[in-house]
Amino acid sequence: MTAVTHQQRSNRKTAFIALAIALGMLGLGYASVPLYRIFCQVTGYGGTTKRVDATQAATVKDSGRTITVRFDANVARDMPWDFKPLQVTDTVSIGARDMALFWAKNDSDQTVTGTASFNVEPEQAAKYFNKIQCFCFTEQTLKPGEEVRMPVLYYIDPAILDDPDNKDVELITLSYTFHVTSIGDAKTLDREQTGG
Amino acid sequence: MATTAPEHFPAHSDDHAHDHDHKPGFFARWFMSTNHKDIGTMYLIFAIIAGIIGGAFSGMMRVELAQPGIQYLDTFAKWFGAVNPDFNSTLHVWNVLITAHGLIMVFFMVMPAIIGGFGNWFVPIMIGAPDMAFPRMNNISFWLTVAGFCSLLCSAFVPGGTGLGAGTGWTVYAPLSTTGSPGPAVDFGIFALHLSGAGSIMGAINFITTIFNMRAPGMTMHKMPLFVWSVLVTAFLLLLALPVLAAAITMLLTDRNFGTTFFDPSGGGDPVLYQHLFWFFGHPEVYIMILPGFGIISQIVSTFSKKPVFGYLGMAYAMVAIGVVGFIVWAHHMYTTGLSVNTKMYFTAATMVIAVPTGIKIFSWIATMWGGSITFKSPMVWAIGFIFLFTVGGVTGVVLANGGIDDNLHDTYYVVAHFHYVLSLGAVTALFAGFYYWFPKMSGRMHSEFLAHVHFWVFFVGVNLIFFPMHFLGLQGMPRRYPDYAEAYAHWNQIATDGYMIMAASLVIWFANIAYAFVAGKKAEDNYWGEGATTLEWTLSSPPPFHQFETLPVIEEVHHH
Repeated sequence: MTAVTHQQRSNRKTAFIALAIALGMLGLGYASVPLYRIFCQVTGYGGTTKRVDATQAATVKDSGRTITVRFDANVARDMPWDFKPLQVTDTVSIGARDMALFWAKNDSDQTVTGTASFNVEPEQAAKYFNKIQCFCFTEQTLKPGEEVRMPVLYYIDPAILDDPDNKDVELITLSYTFHVTSIGDAKTLDREQTGG
Repeated sequence: MATTAPEHFPAHSDDHAHDHDHKPGFFARWFMSTNHKDIGTMYLIFAIIAGIIGGAFSGMMRVELAQPGIQYLDTFAKWFGAVNPDFNSTLHVWNVLITAHGLIMVFFMVMPAIIGGFGNWFVPIMIGAPDMAFPRMNNISFWLTVAGFCSLLCSAFVPGGTGLGAGTGWTVYAPLSTTGSPGPAVDFGIFALHLSGAGSIMGAINFITTIFNMRAPGMTMHKMPLFVWSVLVTAFLLLLALPVLAAAITMLLTDRNFGTTFFDPSGGGDPVLYQHLFWFFGHPEVYIMILPGFGIISQIVSTFSKKPVFGYLGMAYAMVAIGVVGFIVWAHHMYTTGLSVNTKMYFTAATMVIAVPTGIKIFSWIATMWGGSITFKSPMVWAIGFIFLFTVGGVTGVVLANGGIDDNLHDTYYVVAHFHYVLSLGAVTALFAGFYYWFPKMSGRMHSEFLAHVHFWVFFVGVNLIFFPMHFLGLQGMPRRYPDYAEAYAHWNQIATDGYMIMAASLVIWFANIAYAFVAGKKAEDNYWGEGATTLEWTLSSPPPFHQFETLPVIEEVHHH
């Protein structure tokens, strides 16, 4: 019955191609995680701010126009810190470098290490929000009862003035949330232990 | 002429006189089945059972929503095994109901019935194949679906955060489904999707292989009945969309249990990424549910107009176009997540483009009827009902496609009305149309045409009473997914609940009709719909022999004009 085997062989071939397509889509599903992160960093999508170095920042000219920046500070549910901006708003010249200060205090009786995630509203302004120096680039460790003042050095790219999507934007909010990375000496990536 | 070919298939087949039509014993036949017709029957029975459960959940929701305030939820909480439920776990029952209703109706009612049931039964017959390409994989697909359903039912009885059961909505959005729902219920729910998803992917591979490789001599792609085309397109959508869902819910599972942070900002993840992945699957999923319905309606409209489908190739490729464009419109479910104006403009335009191939289908059905010799047998009445109801749902879909309007209507009852018009009234009406079209072929017994007509009219009045007022509620701002609402919404909610009772009564007529068919129904002839029914299933006996087409039918070239 060579006809039957021929049929079976071509069936198997089609099925394997179809299976490969399905597995390929599964792979693409996972590949979307890093691709999405890169996409957000490149486009500022979802309020992702830009990171620049000081030499690059020095080339930007002050446009003479001003905009108001509002600062917002939060902690994740399981974070035993007090975290506040030291200035609620700041009126800055677009293109000029400015420094904002945040204050954090560890209210617990344990050493806590945290990382800050950040976000900009409105989201279309995020790609013009450039950070030269930020406490959010690295982990911060506070001993029990320790306080710290943390600077953010930033400027707003003058290109925002030419973007029609940002025509109506008069106030940009920079928001931080501190998350626990470890309590004591141990890393506590497991959500069970951090009490989420 | 390819465009007119599907009108008539003169086929030489070995339909009658099967003295060697040997059937295995009960256990081997139904539990180890490799026969596409038996598996199709099991899928249909399974879908009916799941539909009764999912429909009962919607009845519980409608009863609660009949009046403002919370009346019945604590009773329902006790049914699920909660002892003295507090306020939070009482309200949690509501979330469990909406989640279970959505998941059951999508994954365990519509998909098994329309793809597993009618697809399994009629795709091999319509292309002149003896069975599916991989009969044993077909069996695995079915039992994986059943296992998935059991897993989902189990989730209702284990802790899911604020109460028993998974209360995440069918979309399972993070962070509610990750940090917001401790306890095993959501894990059971995710496992249910894994199992049924694996079953559906295997089913899709099976259909693609069968349709590509096992067509009878002369049955070219452009002669295949439109129902076969619709299942082929659906199988590709399943193959491309379901693995993405599998990836997304696996990430949920590891975020929940193994400390990964795919969707958790504290570790650099983003909950919005979950929404992108979910809707990249979710939008094709709605076409997965409706496309086979399009195929069924095409067969029925052609049969009862005694004409070939108008614009056969246009109809086939309209489905392909809907499938392709369906993959690039997902973010219209996410207009309120902070998309830029330009992104919204793109997704608005792309979404509206889908109205073009869909319009081709609606107009071609009408053009098929135009000048036809129409008989209003029960499947035709259901099919015309489908065309009307689906068009209403399609129109509100074009409204919602607008990013600006959606900012206002997002997550209101207007959206609920829209997707129930295309799915609950669209896909389900197509299922009933297919049921009355093929039930005598599958069972060998004629149903009562009178009861089928009564069923239609009671159902039609009922579902419109449920869902049409929801447009008003949504435009007035009533949000979805809440068990309570302001006094102002009471009037239309009461009417919707009355409509539910009428719809439920129509199902009693349906079951009575099935009982009538088996008790007193006439024996069905081979081709009980007469000359308009030209596809290959009508060349076989009713019910068809256990093994059909042992000698392959030959499809002859037919020249019209």
